[in-house]
Amino acid sequence: MANLSAIFKRELVSYFITPIAYVFILVFLVLSSAFTFYLGQFFERGQADLTPFFNFHPWLYLFLVPAVSMRLWSEERKSGSIELLLTLPIALWEAVVAKFLAGWVFTGLALAGTFPLWLTVAYLGEPDHGVIVSSYLGSWLMAGAFLAIGSCMSALTKSQIIAFIVTGSVCLLFVLAGFPLVLDFFDAWVPQWVMDTLSGLSVLNHFVAITRGVVSLKDGLYFLSMVALWLYLTVLALEAKRGS
Amino acid sequence: MIELKQLTKRFGDIEVVRDLSFSIAPGTVLGFLGPNGAGKSTTMKMITGFLEPTSGSVEVYGHDVVTNRRAAQTLVGYLPEGAPCYEDMSVKRFLSFMAEMRGFSGVDRDRRVAEVIGQLSMNNVAHQRIETLSKGFKRRVGLAQAILHDPQVLILDEPTDGLDPNQKRQVREMIKNLAEDKIVIISTHILEEVSAVCGRAIIINQGQAVLDASTEALMARAAAYGGLSLGLAQASQEAVMARLGSLGPNVQIHVLGEHRYIVSGQPSEGSLATRVIECAQTAGWAIEHFEQLTGALDAVFADVTEGRV
Repeated sequence: MANLSAIFKRELVSYFITPIAYVFILVFLVLSSAFTFYLGQFFERGQADLTPFFNFHPWLYLFLVPAVSMRLWSEERKSGSIELLLTLPIALWEAVVAKFLAGWVFTGLALAGTFPLWLTVAYLGEPDHGVIVSSYLGSWLMAGAFLAIGSCMSALTKSQIIAFIVTGSVCLLFVLAGFPLVLDFFDAWVPQWVMDTLSGLSVLNHFVAITRGVVSLKDGLYFLSMVALWLYLTVLALEAKRGS
Repeated sequence: MIELKQLTKRFGDIEVVRDLSFSIAPGTVLGFLGPNGAGKSTTMKMITGFLEPTSGSVEVYGHDVVTNRRAAQTLVGYLPEGAPCYEDMSVKRFLSFMAEMRGFSGVDRDRRVAEVIGQLSMNNVAHQRIETLSKGFKRRVGLAQAILHDPQVLILDEPTDGLDPNQKRQVREMIKNLAEDKIVIISTHILEEVSAVCGRAIIINQGQAVLDASTEALMARAAAYGGLSLGLAQASQEAVMARLGSLGPNVQIHVLGEHRYIVSGQPSEGSLATRVIECAQTAGWAIEHFEQLTGALDAVFADVTEGRV
């Protein structure tokens, strides 16, 4: 655990000693607010909740989370520092989990930076705070799932750009799996169980369920098992590179 | 003790390291030589556990690097090619991090980091970010992290590549000082480095060891070893060939260029140098250049790696 926490700290600090953290947080705050107020018609709806804010998170994360995850392993491979990390007497999973956690905490901090919106709705009306708390939690869980996918893609290539694009595409697949347009398209010609599996795998469905204020075990488990699965695949990818 | 047994590494269809076997005893500084792409770095990466061999095995003090990786890695300090590190960190922070990964903590860690920083004369840059440092200092940071845990085995991939002559000398001094009772493996294609720091050298070419010898024995293999480099301005080439050729059947004469020759081999009587000078005096040749050759390693290297031996 000492190794894990040392890597975690190093990674988390590294976000803040480079401009990455500030650029990311700024862009996240500006875009999430702009979407909420302009596209989400925050005021026009006349309701004191954060639904228009959270609705855009899956789409926002599609390109913001890959920007965080793309450097997790690609950068190490590119600069060669991966040779240091992987020749230390540590277990591979410790490095994988530590890097992921640092990225996850970092996105959590960016998310926490949106709290003025919460204050705003609390000031303007009487929102359901339980729904807002669970939506924040759901949003963070979703970011974790995307980040874990990105960790795996980043372990596969030394090019951060490739990692970014592939991660975005894979995440898009998982979002679209539950999108009504896509489901309708398949509806006509695939059996019902395929439909159920598809929408069961959908990030969107689980996220929407949580933002309604119901954090069910099923949705929580979905995101956590996505994280576990993709981190496991990251370890496999790194092991495969060792042996290839 | 490090033991490589029939070590082989394939990347796709390309065999980078082929059936490489040798062992290294403690107290050895081994020069690992070979042209670019010969498989030096790949071999080192397999010894450090960064890569796994396709077949064969590596044991570090009895620990198999594949099946018992962490035990083996605990004993090894590694400077990868180009001395990569986390450049956005300061020297001190980076070394503290590496020390933690090597099991140091608290006061112990700070003391050890300070020691190593002192040992490699980096006190003035300890708080500087690594990316702002010169190449020489970066290389020292790389060396520093490799020796933090006072490892039994040091593996240094081109430790002096890209450094200026003074820095090269300094790094070599450091390596010499570190060496005693440890195993040090240095890869390089700079041959002077081998004679400067290594007791033993292995030359590999296309993934195979083509020569394994003490550095002295290696130098003695040079064709020109013990030969003479001569510059005879006024003498005609025919006259030189005839006179020097008469010194004995074992004497070889190479014409290097106009009025430049390399004479080697053993004359029928006397030493080569005295007989050559006698010849020159009796024939009245002016000697412009006279040099006893000690055996240039690069000649051996070229012979061995281009398959002439």
